[in-house]
Amino acid sequence: MKATVLVRPKEGILDPQGDAVQESLRHLGFAVGDARVGRIVDLELEADDPAAARAEVERMCEQLLANTLIESYEIEIVP
Amino acid sequence: MRENRPSIAVIVFPGSNDDQDAAWALGALGAEVSLVWHAEERLPERTGAVVLPGGFSYGDYLRCGAIARFSPVMRAVEAFAADGGPVLGICNGFQILCEAGLLPGVLRPNASLSFVCRDVGVSVEVVAQPFTSRCELGQRLVIPVKHGEGCWYAPAEIVEELVRTDRIVLRYIEGENPNGALGGVAGVLNEAGNVMGLMPHPEHAVDPLLGSGDGALILASLVDAARERVTVAA
Repeated sequence: MKATVLVRPKEGILDPQGDAVQESLRHLGFAVGDARVGRIVDLELEADDPAAARAEVERMCEQLLANTLIESYEIEIVP
Repeated sequence: MRENRPSIAVIVFPGSNDDQDAAWALGALGAEVSLVWHAEERLPERTGAVVLPGGFSYGDYLRCGAIARFSPVMRAVEAFAADGGPVLGICNGFQILCEAGLLPGVLRPNASLSFVCRDVGVSVEVVAQPFTSRCELGQRLVIPVKHGEGCWYAPAEIVEELVRTDRIVLRYIEGENPNGALGGVAGVLNEAGNVMGLMPHPEHAVDPLLGSGDGALILASLVDAARERVTVAA
């Protein structure tokens, strides 16, 4: 089973990287209102039960993959 | 006498690069320094204080300090801190202590997105053992910073608590904030007051010949506290 974790800066948290990307896109002529930069973690899991897998990945996010002071996360389980 | 040169452990992670400077500075200020590899599970006997030095532990992978907190030695450091032992985290050490939950907040990429390397002025907001007993309240210290991710941040309720409980030890002088840190915070304490992290590098400011000797005030305060701890325990 595979899981994809999407970690992004929480709303309201200053994201200087996103600001730099937004500015660069504007320089290229794209009309971009706001840009935020996060990261993706792809995982291969040994679990066979999607619910158990999700619960485990949630613990991974809380303990390591995201710093929940400043980041939110979304988990996608691919059976 | 051993009591006169208290033992201070400087932890060395893969990617630490200020461990030798910290060891040299603490040694010059009267400590007996042991460099402790991150894979160790114990601190040396009679350790009076612990320093987590600057650098790029584990290549700053994922987030600065996020991986180092799982090093075997960190369990010993956590136990030492829980027992009231003084622990100082400098730069990457500060990032590690925040990620380990030993200090409040988090260090984010500098608002400018640029690496900063220069002397900055900080004001001493709290005078107390074990880190600032040799300073005066409001004293202006000049200490260099060198980091890409030093923008301290914490949610408003945590900041309010830190202000209320006098745990913001150092703030950048107005106009000198090098990284966009919230409230100009340069250094914070834990609740018990025995764990501190700061982004400026006191170990690079211990000799006026090299620009400033102000960092020695912080490190010498720590040496005093380590001496006291070792003496009390003896």
